[in-house]
Amino acid sequence: MSAELCDLTGAELSAKLAAGETSASEVLSSSRGRIDAVEDRVGAFLTRTDQLASERADELDAYLSTGAPQSPVAGIPVALKDVLTTNGVRTTCGSKILETYVPPYDATAWARLAGAGAVLVGKTNCDEFAMGSSNENSAFGPVRNPWDLDRVPGGSSGGSAAAVAAGEAVWALGTDTGGSVRQPASLCGVVGLKPTYGRISRYGLIAFASSLDTVGTFTRTVRDSASMLQVLAGHDPRDATSLDVPVPVYTEGLDDGVAGLRVGVITEAFGEGVAPAIGASVRAAIDRLEELGASVGEVELPHAAYALSAYYLIAPSECSSNLARYDGVRYGYRAPGEHADSIAMMFATRGQAFGPEVKRRIMLGTYALSAGYYEAYYGQAQKVRTLVIRDYEAAFERFDILVSPTSPTTAFRIGEKADDPMAMYLNDIFTIPANLAGVPAISIPSGLDDAGLPVGIQLTAPALDESTLFRAAHALESALSLELRPPLLQGTA
Amino acid sequence: MPVEIDIAHVAKLARLDLSDDEMARLRAQLGQILEHAARVGEVAAADVPPTASPIPRANVYRDDVPEPSLPVDEALRNAPERDGDRFRVPRIAETGA
Repeated sequence: MSAELCDLTGAELSAKLAAGETSASEVLSSSRGRIDAVEDRVGAFLTRTDQLASERADELDAYLSTGAPQSPVAGIPVALKDVLTTNGVRTTCGSKILETYVPPYDATAWARLAGAGAVLVGKTNCDEFAMGSSNENSAFGPVRNPWDLDRVPGGSSGGSAAAVAAGEAVWALGTDTGGSVRQPASLCGVVGLKPTYGRISRYGLIAFASSLDTVGTFTRTVRDSASMLQVLAGHDPRDATSLDVPVPVYTEGLDDGVAGLRVGVITEAFGEGVAPAIGASVRAAIDRLEELGASVGEVELPHAAYALSAYYLIAPSECSSNLARYDGVRYGYRAPGEHADSIAMMFATRGQAFGPEVKRRIMLGTYALSAGYYEAYYGQAQKVRTLVIRDYEAAFERFDILVSPTSPTTAFRIGEKADDPMAMYLNDIFTIPANLAGVPAISIPSGLDDAGLPVGIQLTAPALDESTLFRAAHALESALSLELRPPLLQGTA
Repeated sequence: MPVEIDIAHVAKLARLDLSDDEMARLRAQLGQILEHAARVGEVAAADVPPTASPIPRANVYRDDVPEPSLPVDEALRNAPERDGDRFRVPRIAETGA
């Protein structure tokens, strides 16, 4: 399979479109051709939006032919994780309980991309209600990693990561509650951004854990990530947690380099449980930052060791509350047959239509919030959250950027951790602290391990300093200059 | 030590019908996960304020201006069962005296 339009970056496509060298319809047909060629093996999509996409591309071509000014987003094939609502297009959350749900409204994140001319190619598979780290918790089957079809793409935004890695979409949106954008980006060899909490509206992001949920981006370059955030960021009166602060020009200063930048290496993220090849790859990337003029030092986040424990109390607690809305009354699945009363109907509906991981988290959260346990579990976890935030504040007094591996392992085999929730939860040990603190973080590829699987390095910045994050990540990406093409696409060059 | 949980009671609070198999599995798994989660108790935090949201915000108000609402048909489009302009559900109150 030779490189095609769908393998180009958004910036490259945008330049070609502006120069009249290609059209939105041609770009779409390239992306669609790739979906036809690989989707039976990858399984990234739950719903394809072929007809809508064609209409959209035709409209855009008519507009572009007038020579009117164009957004860097116009004509780019985009995939959306199926937890973001799309008006008139089925949105399932990877759950049987929403299998036939057709939202009457667009998520703000999607509305902004659509308004700038993005072309929706489909809705991507994910762990049910974004709960998982392997995409194996989807009610509609697993997604396979384009780098090795026997392995998971990571999760929960596994379909979005795989779609961008395989060229089925050029960009994708995911959501990140504990690492669900960064970890799959790492495992699939693409760039995954989780911006500051509140930077992108959550309106239309079907809630899992509201104080942690963040819309994030998948791209193949840091520059594209900045272009996407440019369109997505900003205040939305429909989300009370959306920040009403100015949005900088994220591509400005992208090429300014890292000379003098203070980079803190999170020491405890290179210890036990981290695959040696990952430690080596990330260490080598840090050396490159130093060669580029960054001053590198070591930093500790003393309470990060407790972040995972706090997260597995806070996230399930919020989940148990948010998912109470699935009661078989107003939308979604209702258990068939006669029921003694409405309460019995709710018990049956929820028991039948939620999958094992969602039930596990609802039960965990219900327990953690129940009388007699609230203070010891949820209350204490919220205090630990404060301490994690203070750790970051102290670290950012000394450093501009913090670095660590994104994930302790590369892509693991489908089924390998499926029966061991605790082992699965450990996948997010390095990504969870940024969610607790609300700070922005990005995962970019740092290389491949011995098995040829992608390794990711995570960079973290203070709240609302995505610009520095992009600048550092772009400098590193340029210096590493990796040629990343999954074996799936190397068959017939 | 894994934490002992009254699974049937929690399932009732969560309004989840669970099979005997599911209850047995969840009892073991939740016990193990909570053993790990209970480590938050090792942190001395008596005088630390709790954080509910990472970006603190006081109440966020907007002007009370009427805006168009979702049309009734749209709101009912996903209803499992409807009756005219209403959602239809199994009975919600005891009948009879």
